[in-house]
Amino acid sequence: MPEYNWPEAEKRSRIGNRKTRLDGPVKVTGKAEYTYDVKLYGMLYAKMLTCPHAHAKIVSIDISQAEAMEGVKAIRMIQEPGAEIQWADDEIVAVAAETEDIARDALKAIKVEYEVLDHFVDDENKDAAPVVNPAQEEVTGDPDAAFANAAFVSEGFYGARVIAHACLESHGDVAVWDDDEHLTVFASTQAVSSLPGQFADGLGIPAANVRVICQHVGGGFGSKFSADRWGIECARLAKIAGRPVKLMLERDAEIHVAGGRPSSYAKIKTAADKDGNIVGWASESWGTGGPAGTGSPPVPYVWQIPNRRHQHSSIPTNIGPSRAWRAPNHPQACFLTMSALEDLAAKVGMDPLDFVLKNIALTGTRSQNYADELKIGADLIGWKHHWHPRGQAGDGPVKRGLGLALHTWGGRGHQSNCELVIHADSSVEIKLGSQDLGTGTRTVIALVVADTFGLTADDITVRIGDSRYPASGASGGSTTVGGVSSAARRASLVALEQLLGRIAPELEAKPEDLEVINSTIRVKGDHSKSLSWKEATALLGVSTITATGQHPGPGRLDDSGVAGIQMADVSVDTETGVVSINKMVAVQDCGLIIDLMTAESQVHGALIMGIAYSLAEERVMDPVTGTLLNGDMEFYKLPGIGDVGELVVHMMTGPGYDERGVIGLGEPPVVSPGAAISNAVANAIGVRVPYLPLTPDRVLEALGKGGAA
Amino acid sequence: MNSFEYASPRTIAGALEVLDNDSVILAGGTDLLSLMKEGLVAPKRVVNIKEIDELKGINVGEDGSVTIGALVTLEEVLESPDLAELCPSVVEAAAGVRSPQIQSVGTVAGDLCQRPRCWYYRNGFGLTAMKDGKSLARDGDNRYHAILGNDGAALFVNPSSLAPALIALDAKISIVGKSGSREVALADFFQTPSSDQEKEYKLEAGEILTAITIPSPAGKKVATYEIREKQALDWPLTAAAVAIEMNGDQVSAAKVVLGHVAPVPWVSAEAGAALAGKQVTAESAAAAGDAAVKSAKALSKNGFKIQLARVAVKRAVLRAAGMEV
Ligand SMILES: Cc1cc2nc3c(=O)[nH]c(=O)nc-3n(C[C@H](O)[C@H](O)[C@H](O)COP(=O)(O)OP(=O)(O)OC[C@H]3O[C@@H](n4cnc5c(N)ncnc54)[C@H](O)[C@@H]3O)c2cc1C
Repeated sequence: MPEYNWPEAEKRSRIGNRKTRLDGPVKVTGKAEYTYDVKLYGMLYAKMLTCPHAHAKIVSIDISQAEAMEGVKAIRMIQEPGAEIQWADDEIVAVAAETEDIARDALKAIKVEYEVLDHFVDDENKDAAPVVNPAQEEVTGDPDAAFANAAFVSEGFYGARVIAHACLESHGDVAVWDDDEHLTVFASTQAVSSLPGQFADGLGIPAANVRVICQHVGGGFGSKFSADRWGIECARLAKIAGRPVKLMLERDAEIHVAGGRPSSYAKIKTAADKDGNIVGWASESWGTGGPAGTGSPPVPYVWQIPNRRHQHSSIPTNIGPSRAWRAPNHPQACFLTMSALEDLAAKVGMDPLDFVLKNIALTGTRSQNYADELKIGADLIGWKHHWHPRGQAGDGPVKRGLGLALHTWGGRGHQSNCELVIHADSSVEIKLGSQDLGTGTRTVIALVVADTFGLTADDITVRIGDSRYPASGASGGSTTVGGVSSAARRASLVALEQLLGRIAPELEAKPEDLEVINSTIRVKGDHSKSLSWKEATALLGVSTITATGQHPGPGRLDDSGVAGIQMADVSVDTETGVVSINKMVAVQDCGLIIDLMTAESQVHGALIMGIAYSLAEERVMDPVTGTLLNGDMEFYKLPGIGDVGELVVHMMTGPGYDERGVIGLGEPPVVSPGAAISNAVANAIGVRVPYLPLTPDRVLEALGKGGAA
Repeated sequence: MNSFEYASPRTIAGALEVLDNDSVILAGGTDLLSLMKEGLVAPKRVVNIKEIDELKGINVGEDGSVTIGALVTLEEVLESPDLAELCPSVVEAAAGVRSPQIQSVGTVAGDLCQRPRCWYYRNGFGLTAMKDGKSLARDGDNRYHAILGNDGAALFVNPSSLAPALIALDAKISIVGKSGSREVALADFFQTPSSDQEKEYKLEAGEILTAITIPSPAGKKVATYEIREKQALDWPLTAAAVAIEMNGDQVSAAKVVLGHVAPVPWVSAEAGAALAGKQVTAESAAAAGDAAVKSAKALSKNGFKIQLARVAVKRAVLRAAGMEV
């Protein structure tokens, strides 16, 4: 059995370098086939009739006219009369037709009668909510005494609005039945290996009869783990029609029902002693993620403040239900906590960097990492040079400010199985039922195998995105890289051991005396005895090498728990309320980094997503009709490249980090931007803008220049 | 989408022949197609005018006037040396349509005739968005709605970024129809509808907007200033365009037009008057901004736009005078 570990730093040939994506060329040339691009012979297009009311009871549904329309091939009633609908845009009937236009026309021909019920969509005003579900109060230490004895107390209100996942490729599937019992689904998903079971459940066929394929995904962010009702209906329509059916969500549905991050509002009180030590925290939070309300954000976030009290209320609303949004609950909790602590620092009269460093022990086991990262970040953003006390941003309408935040995440590898084959023609392939969300999963897998075999990533054929490959976990919670790279490493080590065993006699050496380097296998210490990778594999003849790898498994290849810090440099036009990002700095650890470029890209993407939710993104529900007002890419505002400023990423690597093994990176860097940017704005203009996103109306309102009149 | 006929005439006369009550004009299609896909417009016939050469080109007349053909694209506006020299405020406005794709196909007449972006209208609640006798925009989320001219049913804002710059320069438009042609001041082209039965501009069925003419802008100091929520493609929250005539170092006449603040491009006589007879300074520019919003009235959520309008006017005036904003 091989020794399962990662190579020492000096032995790493591919790991830790910068490699461009293996799937970059197909993506930039448009060759990559997303689910949205799938077009099968005879394929029908499905559309769904959705509810125009936020809360209603279905009285009757009449599909007779639609059924009679030419070109309509299948209709499914998703809801029955009598059903109570809890949010607008919920699905009522699905129609499959020869063209998208016919399907749309058919929807118009369906008559649904509703009994409209009262709705509630705006949770910010807790007092107006018809239902409030308070959770048990949590108390640690003696917060009353802490506040009574504190030298400084800061009080504030903070709120992050509901946002959408806003995947550029909307949710959906193409379903095709091979026969009555066997289904193939092209899905836009984060969970290739777990979807067959879900489809099987919904359709009453064996999971073994379902094949799910997904080569490329246009965004998921936590919203694409499920077969979803529309996926099951798509398969049912395909069965009724006896033809392949494509059902992808419309943009408004994508924004309203296929993803949402719960809101979080809180009144927070914090306390410090005369030296600036944080001593107390008291908070009352509320928020919504739809009819089920939402759980408490974990506040105070990261900071283990000795005396604290927290109480949360969940508010059910008639809005589309929430889904896990990249680092569920962390961005909100970080925003609430780091904003409140920065306000406390201002009360104490300390530079927040000094304040955070002074109290850093309260961040627990990773406090030294935070301290190291804060120093690096401070240098990269020029903190000591640019930071100024609140309200001292100089004359002129445009004020500049700095802000910071810190965050944590787990990121241990998920379950993963893979199969690796070394062919006699020297080619190498590895198969696993994983998926590449655009994060570089393919590339990372190839690099692990290549590093083990002394090859390059381009020598490795990576097969993923098909449920017929060995099962690998869903891509969520930053678990993919730890899972797939560990499984791939184990499989590669097993395969290599077999290969060396087979060719050692040829080199008149023992297998353990061989090493692989630069496509060559040679005897350690006697480089005259060597075989190229090609010569070596040619010796395999008909008996190619097949090895499997699993995660979890023997050896310590992954770990959990990261620390990251971010700093923002913003300018605020105090006459217009427009916030612009000058620069963001992110300093992040994630254990052993397989590919530095991929890791940095992950952080870049997270910063851009973070800037988006900090400055622009918000689901706007109409209080009168209870419907979504901004179900389009015009009013659901996403920044473009001109809005993001300069992004600087520093990854923590080397001793202290590498030996921990691989840790995921998808979630952590998206946690801090809201807090860092909000703090920078407060620093720039001298007052707290309580809300995310930091839109001009809210900035001007905080400045007393208008806002909501 | 309903089935429709498609006609592609090569002359204005040919176009007039095929245009009737149930037809719509197709130029670049950047707005029309989304209206049709959303089912907000359902014509029986679509008349493509892009093959009509008479509607193309930018010309400077002997009297210094500038004529912009209806089909001139925003990109052609951006690349025109004549416009850059004679009316840079129009070029600045076109640059605010921040999508190279839209700029390359969107036309000047299409920009003037695009329908409002009001989210109630675009979500199918109608132009004035009345439901059970009540205004959805007034009672609902009106953060992007009108702060001026908002006493009636219409609370949407005129979406055209070009219109304020053109109106500040006293542009006229030429319109032809079956019964002949007419020329109207662009400012008078727009109207505030009192119900969904009316439109926000005065174009009879079957009429074509053929050209925009700007009287000689020589000697005028002009500028457009937009306040945008983001740099990426998005309509401005508020914009102001100004054209200032000077007598020595004093303003002899000033025309100030605000965009995205009212159901029509909003000519602020008050702001113009505030500048007349003054030197352009930070103070007089700010006073013009204050004057522009004197009669503004906030709805429940758009009070910030009053401040934006004030600042947009101030900065447009300063920019026109070549001063730092
Ligand atoms: C993402 C995006 C961002 C945008 N941002 C802005 C912005 O910031 N500011 C701004 O002003 N605009 C903006 N626009 C709108 C854009 O400028 C217009 O869509 C474009 O100019 C319309 O021109 P078109 O030729 O495509 O018109 P079409 O879509 O072809 O027509 C629009 C309307 O005008 C009518 N029409 C067109 N030509 C004539 C004519 N000659 N006579 C009579 N009627 C006519 C059509 O019947 C139709 O009703 C944006 C558009 C998009 C999609």
